[in-house]
Amino acid sequence: MLENLDLSLIDWSRAQFALTAIYHWLFVPLTLGLSFILAFMETIYVRTGDEIWKKITRFWMTLFGINFAIGVATGIILEFEFGTNWSNYSWFVGDIFGAPLAIEGILAFFLESTFVAVMFFGWNKVSKKFHLASTWLVAIGANLSALWILVANAWMENPVGMHFNPDTARNEMNSFWSVLFNPVAINKFTHTVTSGFLLASIFVIGISAWYLIRRREEKMAAKSIMVAGIFGLVSSVLVAITGDSSARIISKVEPVKFASMEALYNGKNNAGLTVIGIVKESDEKIGEKKVHDVDMRIQIPGLLSVMTTGKGNGYVPGIKDLVNGNPSKGILSVAEMMERGKYARKILADYKMSKEVGDDETAARLAAKFSDKDFVDNYFRYFGYSFFSAPWQAIPSVPVLFYSFRIMVGLGFFFILLCALAVWFWKRDTLKKNRWFLWLALFSIPLAYIASESGWIVCEMGRQPWIIQNLMPVNVAVSNITSSSVQVTFFLFAALFTGLLTAEVSIMIRQIKNGPKH
Amino acid sequence: MAAAGRFLKKIFMFYYDGFRTLSSWGRQAWLIIIIKLFIMFAILRIFFFHDFLRTKFSSDSERSDYVIEQLTGNK
Repeated sequence: MLENLDLSLIDWSRAQFALTAIYHWLFVPLTLGLSFILAFMETIYVRTGDEIWKKITRFWMTLFGINFAIGVATGIILEFEFGTNWSNYSWFVGDIFGAPLAIEGILAFFLESTFVAVMFFGWNKVSKKFHLASTWLVAIGANLSALWILVANAWMENPVGMHFNPDTARNEMNSFWSVLFNPVAINKFTHTVTSGFLLASIFVIGISAWYLIRRREEKMAAKSIMVAGIFGLVSSVLVAITGDSSARIISKVEPVKFASMEALYNGKNNAGLTVIGIVKESDEKIGEKKVHDVDMRIQIPGLLSVMTTGKGNGYVPGIKDLVNGNPSKGILSVAEMMERGKYARKILADYKMSKEVGDDETAARLAAKFSDKDFVDNYFRYFGYSFFSAPWQAIPSVPVLFYSFRIMVGLGFFFILLCALAVWFWKRDTLKKNRWFLWLALFSIPLAYIASESGWIVCEMGRQPWIIQNLMPVNVAVSNITSSSVQVTFFLFAALFTGLLTAEVSIMIRQIKNGPKH
Repeated sequence: MAAAGRFLKKIFMFYYDGFRTLSSWGRQAWLIIIIKLFIMFAILRIFFFHDFLRTKFSSDSERSDYVIEQLTGNK
């Protein structure tokens, strides 16, 4: 029974998933972005016939290959964890995950596996145009693979296009297109892949900068900076635009996450966006959760209201509004949602009971409720709240969200500047003279990874306590297994992934030191 | 048939030549891939990551009942 679940089991299961997801994401964004950079470079080679572009493409393709080889299949571990550690969740999501993941698997296998081989083995064996088409197909395939997993992830934040079957306790997809064109999914996909493009651009600019610092491969480095600088600049602006629309969507589908990112406790009109500040615990509490004040807050007045409502004087609800309710703004309290969720849960329990005792008439009447729009929209929608013992449990960690959001956004704006400078110095042929910029570019490589991981921390820590927004909290999703077994695999994964990362970094460094050979 | 055979042979030779002439980093990458997949599927999957519901219950209806019990708190 859920009441008997060991809290440490939930924490270890979460820690294990976080560890594997964070490590997995160290490999993915470089694949997403570098694949397109390779396609651009090879396109220039095919169009101009200039052999230096072939040499450049093959050099970056080597680094792409190392990252691809070491990162491939690391995501499968997450699927292992679903079945073992998160069995209630896996069962409850039903085929919502099955279809997108199956498409992802097919795309990954046929597009990537086939054409990656042509990319690496096909130089001088297939025509230039066929090779170029393969490189483009790898880039498109890798990014389309990401689409399907992000569709599944987005569904957890905004579950749509499904119907809950009370007989099987599974959600069944009733509209594939609603799941695919879920506004969270579209935005998540564009924001995530463009952030991958940006990370890869920073990676290429940084390594090219190293060559210029060492006064090696200068022609290749400058041309690489040109491609990555332009691609990075366009991507960084797209990341900012999609980030902005992401804020608008999150404020609607995950309002507590949004208010927590801003440490906004009291809703207001003309709400300002906090640029920077220091989060401190106050003496005030919401239930057992401490309220956090923000010291030294620097704000842009009205911007938060504009971002969420499109109007400077628009109302942005705070954490207290969302937890305690605000009838004047049409916001239900968490206590009310808990009551509605408990009613939905009771209906499910009564349905099961009536089936067990053979009361077919009652069972049919209760089963019909799960197809009734009023019940689904006003009661079952809050099913997950029934597992809360107090309203404050709806609040995620405010300091974690506040800081990780600012790290992501701050670095995002820094990267716009960095890419703009890269293009500017390349255009003026002054890259070599501005050694400060070269060093800055080199040390920006880890910053790109920090920004990318921070984005996922905002997303996943912000969704707490939910694994599926409003429907299933994390503690209900976990399997009733021993926490010691999860601890063992946690350390096994930590060792495995650290080994893989060490291998990747050491092989890459060696290849970078060797430089292009062809 | 003969054309299809030639085509398949061409594909086989394409991969064969590719693997035969792998660079040193390519060989290292493949070694890492093989070790990684072995650890994941032959060790972790078999010994540590059993599908909880599949190993505990023999039918989907039993699995459904179990999850409903977990969700409703009955029994």
